[in-house]
Amino acid sequence: MPTPHERPEYEDAGMTASRFARWRSLMSDVVNVSRAELFKLARRPAAWTLLAAAALLSQVFGYLIPYLSFAGDGSGPIEGASKDAILARTLPDQIIASTLGGFPVFAGALALVFGALVLGSEYGWGTVKTVLTQRPGRTTVLAGQAIALGVSVAVGVLVLFVLGAASSTAIALAQGESTAFPSVFDLLAGYGAGVAIMLMWAGLGGMLGVVLRGVALPIGLGVVWVLGVENLVAGVASSVLTALRPLRDVLPGINAGSLASAVMPSRPQGLESPPGVNSDVADGRALVTVACYVVVSLAAALWTYRRRDVV
Amino acid sequence: MSAEAVVEIRDLTKRYDTVTAVDQVSLSVRRGEVYGFLGPNGAGKTTTLRMLLGLIRATSGDLTVLGRRPGDAGVLARIGSMIEGPAFYPFLSGRANLEVIARYAGTGSARIDETLETVDLASRGGDKFSTYSLGMKQRLGVAAALLKDPDLVVLDEPTNGLDPAGMRDMRALIRRLGDSGRTVILSSHMLGEVQQICDRVGVINAGRMVVESTVEELRGDSELVIRATPADVVRATLDQLAYVQSIRTLDGELRLRVDERHTGEVTRALVLAGVDVREVRRIDRQLEDVFFEITAKELSHADAP
Repeated sequence: MPTPHERPEYEDAGMTASRFARWRSLMSDVVNVSRAELFKLARRPAAWTLLAAAALLSQVFGYLIPYLSFAGDGSGPIEGASKDAILARTLPDQIIASTLGGFPVFAGALALVFGALVLGSEYGWGTVKTVLTQRPGRTTVLAGQAIALGVSVAVGVLVLFVLGAASSTAIALAQGESTAFPSVFDLLAGYGAGVAIMLMWAGLGGMLGVVLRGVALPIGLGVVWVLGVENLVAGVASSVLTALRPLRDVLPGINAGSLASAVMPSRPQGLESPPGVNSDVADGRALVTVACYVVVSLAAALWTYRRRDVV
Repeated sequence: MSAEAVVEIRDLTKRYDTVTAVDQVSLSVRRGEVYGFLGPNGAGKTTTLRMLLGLIRATSGDLTVLGRRPGDAGVLARIGSMIEGPAFYPFLSGRANLEVIARYAGTGSARIDETLETVDLASRGGDKFSTYSLGMKQRLGVAAALLKDPDLVVLDEPTNGLDPAGMRDMRALIRRLGDSGRTVILSSHMLGEVQQICDRVGVINAGRMVVESTVEELRGDSELVIRATPADVVRATLDQLAYVQSIRTLDGELRLRVDERHTGEVTRALVLAGVDVREVRRIDRQLEDVFFEITAKELSHADAP
């Protein structure tokens, strides 16, 4: 006979089975929510518009302008660099730099808009009450939405890399240059860094969408921050008020730029780093900071989502 | 009808800072009944329904739905609802919106076509939600509520925006839901439709539950309407009739609570008193009359010093 401190074996087994069943049901709900969100996103014009904008900007600034500069007289936006260096940055072995070059700034802003749209639109349309009265609880709904957001970001970054690969290969073939890509490890590291950076911005956008219960204000605030305020703060901290450097080193854009820089191969001689890409923060710390932003964004969104009344 | 309570609310209160939106409301909804939840705008109906669905947390009080706490996944899976108008994704078709909801609910898409047929939207299911008229949006909201084949259906103003034929169809649908053993909570301003389809009603005013009763009990007996002059003689004559239970004046007419078998005697008494009788007719009290009486009485109590 079991002592009061011991549970009978069958009871443990029963509890474990019941806990397992609950866990399975919870996971099933998370998968259902993710599937529903991906179903929605695949049919949402705004999602495709943002992806098209990111692809267009990536192609124009990563390949078209450099190639036109190379093909022309060498003047223009990349004035001062040699023609060989300009061509070199468009070749397949520079795909990581060409693709990630825009991530800390413009693609990051687009990812922030995407995150705000995915989570904030539910408030604008009033659909938050529709989804929360189906079956899954609030944590499950937000987890499913976050997974769908993550999957979409990962697919988006993959599309940008694939387009970059296509363009760089076309240029290499046209110019009789090497079509060799970086090693698989470097490509994976670049892709992973790209996903992490975009996930951070999308997460911040999503968190703002939930906290501010809408789309317009999060997008306005986020974009002003990404494109203006952060550069201003970083500039002031780097030049005028060096005492602000510790603050600068925890800013999301600075860490995104440092993470992008960490996985980029060496640049051709004479070419400056793309805007936003920097070495201000050590590689490992940049990755940890970016990861922290993802976690904190999720946690803040979840805390708000769980405790707030849906009115 | 079984007396088992599907929804049990005791002393439910919701406060927002200094405003008390719902004040110690108690009500009970029994399995298989169509329950009308009535009240003027801002009375606290939608807040109560939102608490029922776990969208809003109560400040105090007890609330159980299908035997469990509101917002529980197992409970939500058995409730179909449309609260404060239909809310869907404008870029998706009606059918795709139901597909999203089915995925959320984990029910599969087997019932989508059936529910679209039920609300007469099958032919427009492929059109974008943003192109729907208000009535069509409303019907899609009801379709979404029925998608889970729920035990409890909560509908907040389901006939808003519907044309007369749509309202008639909606009434029939809600009655069918009740007849099929489902429990329906219907919040509506359309007192005529509530009278036709609800078994019981609860009236809430200024956050407080005023009355909860069957529709028949609330409407009470029919009344005898009398138009006659001179008024003082009429009143004096009627006051002498012991079988007249009550007399009130409404819109210049006298309304008597008196058993139907005494109608002839009342008329005779008035004629014998030399009264000029212009009209004697019997009317059934409408829920609307009762509703206005109740809410006006509550209002005057609230205004009293």
